[in-house]
Amino acid sequence: MHESLSRRRGHRAQFWFLFTPGAFWLGFFFLLPLLIVLVYSFFTRGPYGNVIYRWTADNYARLLNPIYFQIFWQSLWMAVTTTVISLLVGYPLAYYIARQRQPWRNVLLLLVIIPFWTNFLVRTYAIMVLFRTEGVVNAVLQGLGVIQEPLQIMYTPFAVTFGLVYGYLPFMVLPLYASIEKFDFSLIEAAQDLGANGWRSFLRVMLPLTLPGIVAGCILVFIPAIGAFVTPDLLGGAKTMMIGNLTQQQFLKARNWPFGSAVSISLMVIVSIAAWIYFRYGEEEML
Amino acid sequence: MKTHRLFVWLVLVTVLALVVAACAAPAAPQAPASGGAEEAAAPEGGESGEVLELNIYNWSTYIAPETIPRFEERYGVKVNYDIFDSNEELLAKLQGGNPGYDLIVPSDYMVEIMINLGMLEELDHENIPNIANLDPTFQNPRYDPGLKYCVPYQWGTMGIGYNIEATGGEIDSWWSFWDEKYAGRIAWLDDPRAVMGVALLLLGYDINTTDPDQINEAKELLLEQKPLVAAFAPDTGQILLDEGEVDLTMEWSGDIFQVMEENPAIRYSIPKEGSIVWTDNMCIPKGAPHKELAEKFINYILEPEVGAELSNYIRYATPNAAALPLINEEDRNNPGIYPPPEVMERLQFVVDVGEATVLYDDAWTEIKSAQ
Repeated sequence: MHESLSRRRGHRAQFWFLFTPGAFWLGFFFLLPLLIVLVYSFFTRGPYGNVIYRWTADNYARLLNPIYFQIFWQSLWMAVTTTVISLLVGYPLAYYIARQRQPWRNVLLLLVIIPFWTNFLVRTYAIMVLFRTEGVVNAVLQGLGVIQEPLQIMYTPFAVTFGLVYGYLPFMVLPLYASIEKFDFSLIEAAQDLGANGWRSFLRVMLPLTLPGIVAGCILVFIPAIGAFVTPDLLGGAKTMMIGNLTQQQFLKARNWPFGSAVSISLMVIVSIAAWIYFRYGEEEML
Repeated sequence: MKTHRLFVWLVLVTVLALVVAACAAPAAPQAPASGGAEEAAAPEGGESGEVLELNIYNWSTYIAPETIPRFEERYGVKVNYDIFDSNEELLAKLQGGNPGYDLIVPSDYMVEIMINLGMLEELDHENIPNIANLDPTFQNPRYDPGLKYCVPYQWGTMGIGYNIEATGGEIDSWWSFWDEKYAGRIAWLDDPRAVMGVALLLLGYDINTTDPDQINEAKELLLEQKPLVAAFAPDTGQILLDEGEVDLTMEWSGDIFQVMEENPAIRYSIPKEGSIVWTDNMCIPKGAPHKELAEKFINYILEPEVGAELSNYIRYATPNAAALPLINEEDRNNPGIYPPPEVMERLQFVVDVGEATVLYDDAWTEIKSAQ
């Protein structure tokens, strides 16, 4: 009796010991700020850009303006494009890495991770050096005589998409690699023995079994891509407005924290709904 | 089992990378509650032989190399120098409470906002006798009559920076931004009030109008011009011009003069339709730990030699009449830095428009998101 009680106490102490730091962290650095943003989104902008503590739903009503639909739609489109391209580039790459022998395989993995050791902003500036009118790409193409006049690459949708795919590709490759590496390739042989061709055995055997990696990779790319604001500004010349730019503009230039908060909350709700649908659908598929 | 562990490891790395990527985002506004508690604990100093510290928050590339060391030496103090790159960033940082700054340098309209929000200390003019050195036109500005809260630091204009080899001649009108000839070779400053201000100026309206119809007309004019725009540059137009990325850019005067030294094809002009004039001002934010020392610094900047050395280095105009004779002749006679009286008449200040800010913001969002 005594023994079990003290053991249970020991368990409880252990539970609190393990639970408290994480709960504290999430509570103070995630839930509390989120709550502040939620509350701010119902306040009013004062004439000098201060926050007036007067309740209103106007910030959300203002979002019904078609212009904001267009901005949300553009961001969604850009994020989906980025995710799809990352998947199309990332899957073969992850497959290739997973099929290599050690230690070559670890070297390749390291090469995928290394760019993270450099600041994202610095890497974006490096892309600008490549794409400029008098940049590396144009100099090489002109030197080879492929083009006569320099191409306009900077400040185009292409540059933005390139920057986003470049930035987020590792988020796609790493979970895909983990999934493919676990995959038992004798299953492919079995499928082919049973008469499936290469494409069919990929589609019916390998793809479903690596689906968890695909889902994880897509989510990890999609979420930062839909909130991106540095890349559209630097590589896109700030000519198209994404949700991230809109939020930044509200907090800084327009000094409208309540409206900026409403934009953030709306984005969060939309992404959460999308993720929820995706997970439900994904799980059904996987069963 | 081994692969399972590898997966966990990979997820950890990925999450870490996500966090790092999120932190890399620049200019993210600070949450009001996290204004930097550590910084707030700036040493009190003054007692027990401790060295007094002055915490300055200024724009980047906006001081001469000798200015700070000489002040430190003369008063036996230590100066901590921190930089910001927009008025809005400055405001956002201080709105949640002063993290320990003694001296800040907001522009004219931001001084007005900060006064209205009660964020500035009143200056003790007894500690700043050199205020008398200021040119009379800067002694009584509209945004702070009688200089109760601020002292002008530098001033300048906004205009067109251009590459004369590409244009083949002088540019003297904002309408050149609407010229098809420069399609894809034009950069605006990514600043709603400045760009909207130019459109309002061209339409013959006040750049600080609060009339929704006039703001709407300005928006239409800019929407018409949007297809010609290469980029809205975050105060880096001079770099795009220097690198040959654009032929025309809207920029602050000093930024263009700084690249002109290296690139002889670059020119600066204040368009004939008029433009924006601005001042940056030294202020003491509420809660400054060392107000008296900050006032000493303001007085020091107003010394003729110190002010002249500063302006000669950063190539903006000095508001200090006593320093003017010590300014390099080349700069003093440059109409782009010290415009003649007839040009001065066509320059206007951007003033905070209060509630109408939302109108400008709506128009700007529409311009920026137009395809």
